[in-house]
Amino acid sequence: MSLSPKPISGEDCTRRAPDIPLADKRKSNDKAYIIEIDHVSKWFGEKQVLDDVSLFIRKGEFVTILGPSGCGKTTLLRILAGFNMPTDGRVLMNGSDITDVPPFERPMNTVFQRYALFPHLNVYENIAFGLKLKKEDEDSIDRQVRRVLKIVGLTDYEERDVDSLSGGQQQRVAIARAIINRPQVLLLDEPLAALDLKMRKDMQMELKQMHKDLGITFIYVTHDQEEALTLSDTIVVMNKGRIQQIGRPTDIYNEPVNPFVADFIGDSNILNGIMVEDHKVLFMYHEFECVDEGFQPNEHVDVVLRPEDIYIMARNANAMINGKVSACIFKGVHYEMTVVTDRGYELIIQDYNMFEVGQEVSLIIKPSDIHVMHRERFSNTVKAVLKDSTHVEMLGGIFECEPQEDIEAGTDVTVNFGFDDVELMDYSDEGAATGTVSFILYKGNHYHLTVTSDSGEDIFVNTSEVWDDGDMVGIKILPQAVKISKA
Amino acid sequence: MMKKILAKSYLYLLLLVLYAPIAIIILFSFTNSKSIGDWRGFSLDLYANMFTGQAAHSTTIARAVVNTLVIAVAAAAISTLLGTIAAVGIFNMRNRNLRQAIQFTNNIPMINPDIITGISLFLLFVSIGISGGYITVTLAHVAFCTPYVVLNVMPRLARMNPNIYEAALDLGATPMTAFRKVIIPEIKPGMVSGFLLSFTLSIDDFAVTLFTKGSNGLETLSTYIYADARKGGLTPELRCLAAVIFLTVLVLLLVFNRRSNRLAKQ
Repeated sequence: MSLSPKPISGEDCTRRAPDIPLADKRKSNDKAYIIEIDHVSKWFGEKQVLDDVSLFIRKGEFVTILGPSGCGKTTLLRILAGFNMPTDGRVLMNGSDITDVPPFERPMNTVFQRYALFPHLNVYENIAFGLKLKKEDEDSIDRQVRRVLKIVGLTDYEERDVDSLSGGQQQRVAIARAIINRPQVLLLDEPLAALDLKMRKDMQMELKQMHKDLGITFIYVTHDQEEALTLSDTIVVMNKGRIQQIGRPTDIYNEPVNPFVADFIGDSNILNGIMVEDHKVLFMYHEFECVDEGFQPNEHVDVVLRPEDIYIMARNANAMINGKVSACIFKGVHYEMTVVTDRGYELIIQDYNMFEVGQEVSLIIKPSDIHVMHRERFSNTVKAVLKDSTHVEMLGGIFECEPQEDIEAGTDVTVNFGFDDVELMDYSDEGAATGTVSFILYKGNHYHLTVTSDSGEDIFVNTSEVWDDGDMVGIKILPQAVKISKA
Repeated sequence: MMKKILAKSYLYLLLLVLYAPIAIIILFSFTNSKSIGDWRGFSLDLYANMFTGQAAHSTTIARAVVNTLVIAVAAAAISTLLGTIAAVGIFNMRNRNLRQAIQFTNNIPMINPDIITGISLFLLFVSIGISGGYITVTLAHVAFCTPYVVLNVMPRLARMNPNIYEAALDLGATPMTAFRKVIIPEIKPGMVSGFLLSFTLSIDDFAVTLFTKGSNGLETLSTYIYADARKGGLTPELRCLAAVIFLTVLVLLLVFNRRSNRLAKQ
C-alpha cells in the first residue's frame, strides 16, 4: 500500500483492506488496543473543547490527530499524557483505567511543541533526566544515552548547551529524551511546527523510520495535512471538539465523509449535487456517471472533485463540460488553473499541461474520480422561545416572524430556515443577532459559510458575497422564511 | 561645543552635591580629630581604634554590626523562601482577576511609608504580646522584604517555557522533584536578586527597626548611630564605619548590576 498522498487512480486504493491494524471509533472484540479513549468530553469553564470523543488505538500504530487550531487535538493529547483530566469519560491503557493516574506514573512520554528542554542542563543531562530519576546505575545510563543519541543522529553532542543547538537539533534532543525511557506510547505535539520546510521534511522521514525501528505506538498531533498523510498509518480528523473521520491516509483523501474533511485535506472542488439514482449524479447542470451508491433517489448531496482528477483539454465536441481558463499558476511540477464553466461554476484543476488564460477548454471527469457525500443538513434548525406573536428569540437576538396564532408567547419552539434565507450584514448592529464567520466552503458558484452566533450556536448560510474567516457579522433573517414549530 | 560643556558641568555639579556629604565623611575618617571640619593630618588611628576596640563604645558598635548582619541574613533568607513560594503560587493562579488583585496587594508594602509599616507592626506585636527583640525585628524585615522577592521571581517564571514543568512530570518526576530539579534552577537568578535586595534593604532599614526593636537594648547599626548622634555628637570612629558600609554597599551594587547586565544579555 502506497503512502503517497496523491492517489494513483481511483479503484485500487479507495477500499480499506480489513486485515491492516487501524484505529477506530468503535471497539471491536479484539484485545490488541493499547489506548482506549472512551467517550471523553472536556470543558474549560463554559467552553466545551472535546465532545464525546472515542478512539481506539492499536499497539504499534502511527496515529495522527489532525485538525485546525482550536479543534481540541492538543487537549486530547494532554488528556492522554495526564496533564488534563477529562470532564467525562475514561482513558484506558492495556485495558486498565488510567484516567486518574498522574503523568509521572504513565508509561508514555511526550515530545512537546516548543521542545521544552531543560535550559540549565546540557544535552547529556537532558536526555538522562528520566533514567536518573529511576536511579539506574551510571554505566547503564551512559550506554543508553549514547545509544539514543546515535538514533537521533547527535553523536558527540553530549556536552553541548541546549541553547547552542539549532531548532532541528533541539527537537532531536527532545525526542531522544522521550524515547530513552522506552515508553509504550510516544506522544508528539506538533513536534515539527517550529522547523523550516526542508528540515521538517527530513525530520518526517526520520520519525517514520524511528517508528518502524522502535516499534512503539506513536500518537502525533498536527494541523499540517500533508505531514499527516505522509507519516500516519491512521489519521483522525478533528474539528470543533469532535472526530470527523478516522481512516488510512488514502481513505481520508479519497473518501472524505463531509465537506470539512474534503476541504481540510488536500485541495478540492466541493459542489452541490443531486443523486438521481445509484451511479448517477447531477451537478454543474450535467448528469455524471459515478461509482457511489446507497443514496435515496434525488437526494441532495455534496460532490468532491480533486483538482488533479479533472481532465482538461482543448475545446472538443465530446467533452462533458466546457469552460474558459481564468487563471493559471505554475506550481513546480504541475500547473494550477482556474476554469470557469459556461454555466458559471469555478473549478480548480491541476494538470501537467498548461492552458493559457482566456483559452476555451473542455473537461472530462471519470466516474471513479467523483466522490459523493451525504449532506449533513439541508436547512438550519435552532432552538428558540416565542416572545410574542410576531417575534421569536434565538441566536442571542430577537427576530421578526409571521404572526403565530397557535403558539402562545413564552413557549419553547424550534425554528427552521433555509441556507439562502439568511442575510449577513457588514455591521453587527444591522442584524437581529451577531456572529462570527467560522468556516468558509466554496461551492463552485457560491460560498457556504458557517456562522457562529455570539450565543455559541452554528448557522449555515449560502452567499455569493466574499467574507473572511473571523469576520464579525450581523445576522438578518426574512420574517416569512422563519418557520416555527413547537419544540 | 559650549552646550556640551555646560551639559557636562551641570552633571558633575549634580554628582558633587549628591556625594559631597559622603565624600566628606570618608575624607575625615582618615584624620584623628573629634569633629568634622577639623583636619589634623592623615592618620589611620580611627580605623585602628574601630577594629582593635580602642574606641569609646567599640563593644556596642561591634555588637550592633553583628546584630545587623544576623538580622539581614535571616530576614533575606526567610523572605526569599516565602517570596519564591508566593510567586509560584500567584503565577499559577487560574483566576486572572484574583491574581491581579494579589499582585496589587503585594505592591502595597513597597510603596507604604516605612514609618507606617513600623507603627503598624509595633502595634501588632504589642497586641499579640511578643516583646521586642531579634524575633520582632526579623519578622518586620521579612514583612517588607518578601514583596521584593516576589517581584524579582515573577518575571523569571513568566519567561520560563511553561512546558518544562510538564516535561519533568512526563519523564517521571513527582511534582516536588520537578519543582526542585527544573523550576528552582530556572528561577534561581530571580531568587538571588531577591535575596541580595532583601539583604541590603534590611541593613538599611531604620524606621521599622526603631519601632520593633523593643526596649531590651537590641541595637542595629542604624538605631545605634542614631542614638549615639543624639547623645552629643557622633563618636569619631563611626565615620570609619560609615565609610566601610558605603564601600561594601557600593561593591554589592556593582556585583548586582553586573549580574543583571549579564542576565539581560542572555
